[in-house]
Amino acid sequence: MAVRRLLQRSSINQISSRVLPSFSHSFSSAASPSEPIRATLFPGDGIGPEIAESVKQVFNAAGVPIEWEEHFVGDKVDPRTESFLTWESLESVRRNGVGLKGPMATPIGKGHRSLNLTLRKELGLYANVRPCYSLPGYKTRYDGVDLVTIRENTEGEYSGLEHQVVRGVVESLKIITRQASLRVAKYAFHYAKTNGRQRVSAIHKANIMRKTDGLFLKCCREVAEKYPEITYEEVIIDNCCMMLVKNPALFDVLVMPNLYGDIISDLCAGLIGGLGLTPSCNIGEGGIALAEAVHGSAPDIAGKNLANPTALLLSSVMMLRHLKLSDKADQIHNAILSTIAEGKYRTVDLGGSSSTTDFTKAVCDHL
Amino acid sequence: MARRGLLLLRQFLRDSAAASSSPLPLRALASAESRRSVTYMPRPGDGAPRAVTLIPGDGIGPLVTGAVRQVMEAMHAPVYFETYEVHGAMDTVPSEVIESIRKNKVCLKGGLATPVGGGVSSLNVQLRKELDLYASLVNCFNLPGLPTRHQNVDIVVIRENTEGEYSGLEHEVVPGVVESLKVMTKFCSERIAKYAFEYAYLNNRKKVTAVHKANIMKLADGLFLESCREVATKYPVIKYDEIIVDNCCMQLVSKPEQFDVMVTPNLYGNLVANTAAGIAGGTGVMPGGNAGQDHAVFEQGASAGNVGNQKIVELKKANPVALLLSSAMMLRHLQFPSFADRLETAVKRVILEGKYRTKDLGGVSTTQEVVDAVIAALD
Repeated sequence: MAVRRLLQRSSINQISSRVLPSFSHSFSSAASPSEPIRATLFPGDGIGPEIAESVKQVFNAAGVPIEWEEHFVGDKVDPRTESFLTWESLESVRRNGVGLKGPMATPIGKGHRSLNLTLRKELGLYANVRPCYSLPGYKTRYDGVDLVTIRENTEGEYSGLEHQVVRGVVESLKIITRQASLRVAKYAFHYAKTNGRQRVSAIHKANIMRKTDGLFLKCCREVAEKYPEITYEEVIIDNCCMMLVKNPALFDVLVMPNLYGDIISDLCAGLIGGLGLTPSCNIGEGGIALAEAVHGSAPDIAGKNLANPTALLLSSVMMLRHLKLSDKADQIHNAILSTIAEGKYRTVDLGGSSSTTDFTKAVCDHL
Repeated sequence: MARRGLLLLRQFLRDSAAASSSPLPLRALASAESRRSVTYMPRPGDGAPRAVTLIPGDGIGPLVTGAVRQVMEAMHAPVYFETYEVHGAMDTVPSEVIESIRKNKVCLKGGLATPVGGGVSSLNVQLRKELDLYASLVNCFNLPGLPTRHQNVDIVVIRENTEGEYSGLEHEVVPGVVESLKVMTKFCSERIAKYAFEYAYLNNRKKVTAVHKANIMKLADGLFLESCREVATKYPVIKYDEIIVDNCCMQLVSKPEQFDVMVTPNLYGNLVANTAAGIAGGTGVMPGGNAGQDHAVFEQGASAGNVGNQKIVELKKANPVALLLSSAMMLRHLQFPSFADRLETAVKRVILEGKYRTKDLGGVSTTQEVVDAVIAALD
């Protein structure tokens, strides 16, 4: 395994093709190179529109045959979706099969469904894939991180089923089903196989939540039997947290239910430099893929041309791979990595002083 | 009880006569530390030896509790242990153990292994619920001399220990669909918030952070936050803020120095405590305990690795530092502050010197070597 990593580090090209996901035929939609592909774009709130502009510029410079359909979040609740996203926006993603989403703000408190949850439920996005790898040239406290977190995205603790039993006593339901667990486990092993990963670890707390996480583990074990060439292990979540902060190189692919996935994927993003650098992609039934930037909308720097578009750019590369436009994806990915490795144009959050537009221009120049 | 006190006194006088002839080399390392602080004035009878229930537990448990025993004897600490065998494979905690803890009020325990995925429910959780030990405390701090990726870490994680996701209420709705209930009550949220703020007040801590996921679990974690906010108004000197759990984990790995005391519901507390322990040096060195209204149980702080694996048990290379520091916390709880200070100073000296460290700290020593070094470092 050490030799494999050594070979990778020797050239950025090898990193780009190995680490970012390529999706196989049954899980993705093929693209015809002659006519432009329609993709839905949600610029989002705060810094969203600026970084979406960045992506558009880079795609234009690289000559990617994509036509964007932009949709915005409304300002009143649409009764058909019970949230601020309109039915038309969701239909657009269903039709196009692929989309890119900027950051959307989720208000704390009661009232309506969170925007992200709405997207997931309505589009059946069942797996969230987040590859976390150390970016060459940007040093954090952790080196050699190279793992992928795959999180079940529809049920678990985030079912949204809560009620007050009596005054001062609240119950919240955590639901685990065989169907959803099998689905995400199958995707995880399939992903590991197509991307040359050796090991899949299921993260759980089945010593306490015996039936729910126990069911999740049973499903993972069933799928693991069909992939004998991939090592399968089970790690309790507190052990996993500790091992991740002591030695992240111990992990390869992690598959988890919803809540643990949320926490662990953010922890892993923190290991490599934060949410501003982490790509993410949501996979749905029928090969839908919605790539998204997982950072917040940063309202304090909105409109000031200071935002870091790296996360959205890397996610758009994941989207291109899903569409099987691998050469364009590699080209853009290498450009991003070289720009960051070079260190001359870095946005404020990475310790530099460039603006969003400067960084975008540098990436276009590197193409 | 008086006869035992006399025996101890005789032993102490005998040993101090022998010890005065051989100088302890490690004392020179930190001579400034051994200057006495302001004197603790005892009440008559405070020096009477106290009974403490001891549960060795599974895996590395017997090794590390044995280590504590040895060090306590070497210090002639006024505690004596009543040992009870409990193993994770048992159905319930035996009633005589519970009775003993109720009588003694204080317990020291090693880890209890919980079988995964069905069968017996966790004995650790049972013990906490039975004795209503509602606050779990883990102190995660950088030990001087131990290299870690993060510096200036000094976090105390206070975790609600009885309800939340660990209610144990699960059932199969139809085949293939399982439900688990997470129960949050105002009563429990309020008392853990009160404990956290009281701890911060008594230990001169400046900030309390509540960890939650109320943007998704609006009612459940919303209730927890409401309780924390109410209690915060009663302690205007202590700063209070809130952080979402996934952001919290991310901040812990990038900027841990911003956290001071953290109060969390049950599951998040488990994750946050283990993450904080990992960044500050590992779960092998972080002390902690569980406290309730009437009882206290001290054990290794963070739960990961408190049972160890077969190899560590066979090679006898478990790390006793966490349990030694927890027993120092226990001595303070029993109002023996001088013994607690001596034990902590000795352990910190051994870590600083760096010669005797177990594998998880990057060394090669066995448990016994570390214990001998600590005993030699006692003054």
